[in-house]
Amino acid sequence: MKLNAPVLEIDALLGDLSITIIVCTGAGGVGKTTTAAALALRAAEQGRDVCVLTIDPAKRLAQAMGLSVLDNTPRRVEGVCGADGKGSLHAMMLDMKRTFDEVVEGHADPERAQAILDNPFYQALSSSFAGTQEYMAMEKLGQLRAKADEDGNWDLIIVDTPPSRSALDFLDAPERLGSFLDGRFIRILTAPARGAGRGIGKIAAFSFGLFTSVLNKILGSQVLADVGSFVAAIDTTFGGFRERADATYTLLQAAGTSFVVIAAPERDALREAAFFVERLKTDSMPLAGLVLNRVQEGSELNLSAEQATASAERLEKLGAHERLTAALLRLHADRQRVYARQLHLAERFTAAHPGVAATIVPALPEDVHDIAGLREIGDLLARKRET
Amino acid sequence: MWPGVALHVVSGKGGTGKTTVAAALALALAHQGKRTLLMEVEDRQGIAQLFDTPPLPYEERKIAVAPGGGEVWALAINAQEALLDYLDIFYNLRRAGSVLRRMGAIDFATTIAPGLRDVLLTGKACEVVRRIDKRAPNAYSAIVLDAPPTGRIARFLNVNSEVSGLAKVGPIRNHADLVMSVISSPRTAVHLVTLLEEMPVQETADGVAELRAAHLPVGGIFVNMTRQPMLTGEQLQEARSGTLPAKSIEQCLNEAGLGDSGGAIVSTLLREANDHALRVDLEARESERIVELGLPTFFLPLISDGIDLGGLYELADLLREGGVR
Repeated sequence: MKLNAPVLEIDALLGDLSITIIVCTGAGGVGKTTTAAALALRAAEQGRDVCVLTIDPAKRLAQAMGLSVLDNTPRRVEGVCGADGKGSLHAMMLDMKRTFDEVVEGHADPERAQAILDNPFYQALSSSFAGTQEYMAMEKLGQLRAKADEDGNWDLIIVDTPPSRSALDFLDAPERLGSFLDGRFIRILTAPARGAGRGIGKIAAFSFGLFTSVLNKILGSQVLADVGSFVAAIDTTFGGFRERADATYTLLQAAGTSFVVIAAPERDALREAAFFVERLKTDSMPLAGLVLNRVQEGSELNLSAEQATASAERLEKLGAHERLTAALLRLHADRQRVYARQLHLAERFTAAHPGVAATIVPALPEDVHDIAGLREIGDLLARKRET
Repeated sequence: MWPGVALHVVSGKGGTGKTTVAAALALALAHQGKRTLLMEVEDRQGIAQLFDTPPLPYEERKIAVAPGGGEVWALAINAQEALLDYLDIFYNLRRAGSVLRRMGAIDFATTIAPGLRDVLLTGKACEVVRRIDKRAPNAYSAIVLDAPPTGRIARFLNVNSEVSGLAKVGPIRNHADLVMSVISSPRTAVHLVTLLEEMPVQETADGVAELRAAHLPVGGIFVNMTRQPMLTGEQLQEARSGTLPAKSIEQCLNEAGLGDSGGAIVSTLLREANDHALRVDLEARESERIVELGLPTFFLPLISDGIDLGGLYELADLLREGGVR
């Protein structure tokens, strides 16, 4: 596809030793996980020591990477290294509940940790809370990075992001969850004994009272009691959730981090990508570029859809071979039309975001579920493109 | 199909066109003077985008007229508004509710109890279903819910187990029981939308198993964006094995005035035919896996120029031809 955008040089990105974190993001269903895995494999085969954090890989892809053990730590993918024997690949799949539990266990004495783990509110929070997955992905990234600094096992971490409704959730959810847990509201509401409502004014105090009673009515008093004991327990054991989230967020703004936004050539996916690109700019986060994934390739052939259709119409009325040729021409015309529509959508994106570098990965006839398939995607990602 | 069903829940993997199918289903069910309600729950405003209207408020409004004079109405709900609604209906607290909302308290409540969110959303859908029983003047003949994706659907609908960890007694518990009595009954059908690709089909199979395990009533499978093979079975066979008659094709191209210097056109056409054959094979394999699920299955074509109202009518007609009533 000829696209009027700077080329996203994948090999330059992967070969840049100052880049230590690559975050793959985009709308659901565009191929984030596969792209993250393909980038990781390619970097490892070019001699880097890579760890890839995947969120929810398809079963067969997970097996291909040896991710059958779910112990929430990176495992070496056997047999992957560069031509000169340098380079390695570790892979892991995020276990959100386990990660949260480990944060608790790592920061509280065993007895207190157990009390938190047993708390019903904690259990709801760590397994089904909106935003927990994003938060834990970020937490895990922070841990992996700290471990890398410590023992030097890998010099590049590639992260896949959770399948959220919006790609922005990855950036926003940790902050939302952190500020919620550290928020004044939760404290006032759950610790009336500490002088709740002091200094907040009569009307607000009245409303708090009203709210507490409504909440108790509809949820039962046990819920607020659970929330209260949870907050009290985390309060005394480890530092603010918000600070932890903030620290990882800062990591994402650092010069060693680079974002790769992935989109399929469809309206919705490109709209998500546009939101995300805007947001990265606002938050001064480093964007490497756009991977336009699963694109129907146009042919170099100078035979337009209209020409092919017209010729097909002429041939159809004749013999068997003519009918066959007509069918092939119609197939070609159909592909050209799909190509033109996708090019149009991609061009609208690049017109609105002219500085964003892009690379194009053609749609493959079948899904990827082995190392060889990932290698092929890697080759396509790094392929030279006309501009 | 599904004559006794009042609540149609439509789920599917992201990117499969769940909202489109839900809208087409609402149109098909609104045939001949009936009135249906299309609901969405995820703050995405997908319905407004699809019908090209301004964002929907928390209010039922007419969005399309079905063939034969029926009507489709639409409603975008969110947990905050549904909680205010709930407080109003059960506690007569509408005004206090708006104070609480200004303080961010409503947001807070739906955040500390994720199960509460879902029970409020499904509860709103069930409230609309119960209008039918009450023969209320504003009753619809059917409700179509554009629901969360397959990965979360069983948990979203199974509000009983969600709430059980939260509240053992009390109003919200009773509310959940009421919701469950509608959702797990034959008056509800949960449909899944898929594409003929490996991952969406796998998710659909997993989703069906999960719904069945939770004793939720599975309806049908909607295979979206399907394309007819553009070559005959024999031609596909030859395309696959690389035995299409290149020489004759070249001659035909000459006949048609497409002089082919160096065989560039022929080789491209042959490669494209081979790609096409591979894709047709893959789709056939995935189709088979869908059929093995043993559920009513509808194949909907790809509307190549993007979905508009005309495209939705086309899909709705196909659903009716397939027996959707």
